[in-house]
Amino acid sequence: MANVGQTEARPARPAADRVVLPRWLRAAGQTHGAVIALLLLVLFNAIFTTNYLAWSTLRVNLDQVATIVIVGIGMTLVIATGGIDLSVGALMAIAGSLAPLIFDSDWGPLDRPWVGIPLAIVLPILLTGFLGLFNGFLVTYFRIQPIIATLVLYLGGRGIAKALSDGILLDFNNPSFEYLGKGRPLGIPVQVILMAILLLIAAWMMRSTVFGRYILATGGNEPAARLAGVPVSRVKLAVYAISGLLAGLAGLIWAARISAADPYRAGEFMELDAIAAAAVGGTALTGGRATIIGTLLGAVIIQQVRFTLISHNVSDGTTRIVIAAAIILAVLIQRQREQ
Amino acid sequence: MTARTASQEPTTSGWQQWAAGLLRQQGALIALIAIFLFGVWRYGENFTSEFNLWTLLRNNTYFGLIALGMTFVIMTGGIDLSVGAVVALTAVAAARLSGEGLWVAVAGAIGLGLGVGLINGALIARFRIQPFIVTLATLLAARGGALNLSNNASVSIDFNSNFKDLWRTNVGEVPLPVVITAFAFLLGSIALNLTRFGRHVLAIGGNEEAARLAGLPIARTLVAVYALSGALAGLSGALLAAQGNTGSPIAGIGWELTAIAAVVVGGTLLTGGRGSVWTTLVGVLLLGLIFNELNFERGKGTFELTQYWEEVIRGAFLLLVVILQSRLTRRASASTT
Amino acid sequence: MTDGERDLLLRMDGICKSFPGVVALDNAWLRVGRGEVHCLVGQNGAGKSTLMKILNGAYRKDRGTITFDGREVDFHKPHEAQEAGISTIYQEINLVPYRSVAENIFMGREPRRFGLINWPRMNREASQVLSRLGIQIDVRQPLMKLNVALQQMVAIARAVSFQAKLVIMDEPTSSLAEHEVATLFEVIRGLKAQGVSVIYISHRLDELHQIGDRITIMRDGQTIEERPLSEISKLEIVAKMLGRELDVVQQAGATGFRKRAAHTDGEPLLEVKHLRRGRVLQDASVSARPGEIVGLAGLLGSGRTEVARAIFGADPVDDGEIRINGQRARFRSPADAIRAGIGFCTEDRKSEGIIPYLSVRENLTLAALPTLARNGIVDRARQREIVDRYVRLLGIKAASAEQKIRELSGGNQQKVLLARWLCLNPKLLLLDEPTRGIDVGAKAEIQKLIDDLADAGLGVLMISSEIEELLEGSDRITVMRDGKTVAEFERDEIDQRALLTAMAHGASAEQAEA
Repeated sequence: MANVGQTEARPARPAADRVVLPRWLRAAGQTHGAVIALLLLVLFNAIFTTNYLAWSTLRVNLDQVATIVIVGIGMTLVIATGGIDLSVGALMAIAGSLAPLIFDSDWGPLDRPWVGIPLAIVLPILLTGFLGLFNGFLVTYFRIQPIIATLVLYLGGRGIAKALSDGILLDFNNPSFEYLGKGRPLGIPVQVILMAILLLIAAWMMRSTVFGRYILATGGNEPAARLAGVPVSRVKLAVYAISGLLAGLAGLIWAARISAADPYRAGEFMELDAIAAAAVGGTALTGGRATIIGTLLGAVIIQQVRFTLISHNVSDGTTRIVIAAAIILAVLIQRQREQ
Repeated sequence: MTARTASQEPTTSGWQQWAAGLLRQQGALIALIAIFLFGVWRYGENFTSEFNLWTLLRNNTYFGLIALGMTFVIMTGGIDLSVGAVVALTAVAAARLSGEGLWVAVAGAIGLGLGVGLINGALIARFRIQPFIVTLATLLAARGGALNLSNNASVSIDFNSNFKDLWRTNVGEVPLPVVITAFAFLLGSIALNLTRFGRHVLAIGGNEEAARLAGLPIARTLVAVYALSGALAGLSGALLAAQGNTGSPIAGIGWELTAIAAVVVGGTLLTGGRGSVWTTLVGVLLLGLIFNELNFERGKGTFELTQYWEEVIRGAFLLLVVILQSRLTRRASASTT
Repeated sequence: MTDGERDLLLRMDGICKSFPGVVALDNAWLRVGRGEVHCLVGQNGAGKSTLMKILNGAYRKDRGTITFDGREVDFHKPHEAQEAGISTIYQEINLVPYRSVAENIFMGREPRRFGLINWPRMNREASQVLSRLGIQIDVRQPLMKLNVALQQMVAIARAVSFQAKLVIMDEPTSSLAEHEVATLFEVIRGLKAQGVSVIYISHRLDELHQIGDRITIMRDGQTIEERPLSEISKLEIVAKMLGRELDVVQQAGATGFRKRAAHTDGEPLLEVKHLRRGRVLQDASVSARPGEIVGLAGLLGSGRTEVARAIFGADPVDDGEIRINGQRARFRSPADAIRAGIGFCTEDRKSEGIIPYLSVRENLTLAALPTLARNGIVDRARQREIVDRYVRLLGIKAASAEQKIRELSGGNQQKVLLARWLCLNPKLLLLDEPTRGIDVGAKAEIQKLIDDLADAGLGVLMISSEIEELLEGSDRITVMRDGKTVAEFERDEIDQRALLTAMAHGASAEQAEA
């Protein structure tokens, strides 16, 4: 009797309303879709892209993927609770615009580099973390849908960034701050080391801590989690705050790498990259299921698609179109896996 | 709607509930009137001049059109984040086509917008991907398309063509864009209240499973709604190109937010199933009036306000509106449970 | 087309249906006469719902024939079946809450004139359909303003307005109060008088003889028996559903509870006095001692569940007091209540119990995580030890502790949820419909377990809609009505009649008669 009980709980088989991918694609997508896609990309580049297998190319790719992964980790946690954070790109821009205002300031103690530089790193991250907390507050206390709640800062945040830097690209020259994006201890880019550390912490946290379990329980079934004693509001506040903190860090890295605060381009479409990385990696957009390592894989794939297009002189416009299509395809495969 | 919340009828009555209800249903209209009267009082003749009022209306037509499309999308429980990018794409397309004459350029812009909308609708309705993901991706793609179509720079319109008349013609006293937009809202209202399509939009947003079991053409309705939103964004793009004499690939950034704010301030539920076309119009006018008066205030030298703060203000406005809506709907549902 | 002297409207023969890995229907058959109320019963998973979904086009059959109204049919979509005269009313009311009553009735086929919706005609016809069912309401008001029973009537009106020849009702009474059920039955009798057939699916076996003409019993995807209801007793129905011999069932009694010694002495563990919250709780009082099973009876909407939620800190309280071991307690969240040694098994496992995509292990230890962790890090060894112990203790049937809980049967899910609280060694368990939707075998096991827990000294507050469960399981029964505690019975002073009277009228039998 234990096994027959399952039959009626099965969701209604969709009839003609829903398009189903071809079986081979679905099967491949279900098991190792992401890995296969990555291998194909690498294979294609190894054959057709000059110098692809050089150490410098790898480093460029790692460089670029680091910000996506760092933001993607926060996004994965938010999505795991059943939410979404559209504000990450704007938060990156805010952090990047605020930092030079601090280390370039003549005001009092900030003039001294050993005060100015740490503060230029800590304060922007704290600010974006606080703005993330604000997102979480809207979602928990006011019960506003995450899409709308974070849409406020998605646009308003970029306005803040532009206002901070007076709407212009602000170049700076500050080697100590730029170390964050250009430093190479032991030949490895600083942001890659940061990424690796954050990945390890996040993966361990999801697996082994109470907080990790609470995140999945909240996203899996919120009323049930609450009745089992899970502090769901605090969990959500925490993930949005973490997402904000990580977006701030990524924004600083971005600014340091190009030695400029660019309120227009910093973190532009980062929310899409991060969501796509999570989705490609196998995190369910409906919440309750998440994988940090999958997000790394997803971010690498997106970066590889972009790299492949750019290194073959495809225009910026077309690159965007292709990435958009790739994101849709990835989410589509992910959806089929859920069924 | 769960059985439990629906099982008890509201009993608590009184002026508080009445006031909350009035605020929820007509809050935007009350605010509109109040802010208008404030303008009359503070800025006098300049504000009430025909020139200012017609300009105000005309400059909000492109917001009005995308907000109209967004109203239908939101009533199905979805969202269309791509409209701003579609405006940029179609503005560039209209500028490119302007040499072929007014009709070709407008039809091209609407057709292109319709195309993006159809893609949105197909992906959402047929493949069941969340609307925000789909339209976020088409936002990216439409911006990419706009860059390609414009070779990464603004495209000027052909000044020998009659395309610029789209913005400058008057029908009697009334600017043509205002006539077009008013007509669009009229049609939208008829479609919502007096056609099966409109009723199906509300039924799908209210309870999709029930709509499915009733045999409503869900996929077709959803595709139509996103196509409508895309087409209206296309028309909006054509108006924008005619206004500025150029099509810019970076136009329309953040317009989706303005449209959503206008829809929500009118009382349309973000969760779908309930809403009205006319309250969206009120929402658009309310936002337009606020920025009009901010301009007057800037003219008076009360404060310096860079345009960047406008984005912040729009964001804050949306924030205020959704917070209010969340409070009011919660009060309403609290009184029925 | 006749079967003996019966005029058959529907004939389903040799229906087979498999899902990946499971045979859901194996040569099932069903025959329904014209103007007949035909009851369809079986345990969860017996195949009733699958059979109905094949009939109304939600599923496609693998094999078999369906003859409806003289012709062979095979519907591909629910609305095709609807147009042919088969309407289904689902357990959860599938209507659109914000839309008006009239719109809901005519959804998908709104009357039109010149291509535009003809509102006056739609409202007029909706009123007519409803008044034929004996219901007078303003059809222009949004559906959400109606109570559940009236919403159900709107669903029926919608079904009837399709000129339905056959109406399928899937557990229509599961959310109705007693007097609402009576109204529903009148409507069903009205349909019958108009020659409409009804397939009536219900877990409430008490109702069948009141309303049904014939009964079909299903088990393991097969049709076991079809008979006039007048020729079969309730006990026989249970026996056929279970596939057991009749005398075994009679010996075992209807539930898995055994006669325990009553625990009516000792200091109270839980005391709830004059609890109020909005309109749902007016004046609720209940208490429980260690080792005592207190039944909490009442119709739907009587405030039973709300009392449990208030005790557990899930809902705020306006007034009144809750004492645990004599100490005044006011929990601001379930987490507080859990720390104070209380557990709460909710009525709706799917929406308020399980975390579907987490494993049995994680579901079982979810509430215990704070006690299993040091510095926020989960002690996996202890976690596994606890899971192993309770899987064995409760006989949870799962492939492994790592199996996702959604893949388990209802009974096993319920055991995991019970274990979620038991592993915390609670003092007090709040059980809301602990055996709802669970098949009869697992039901008895869970009831026995509740007995054992009480014997071990736990206080149990058991909310149930099943009279037998209350009567056989409880040491004491508290009855609620309209948010108030209206009666309290000791075990030996109560019988079915007194209990029902108190639930319905808010007073004991003597008072009601006086």
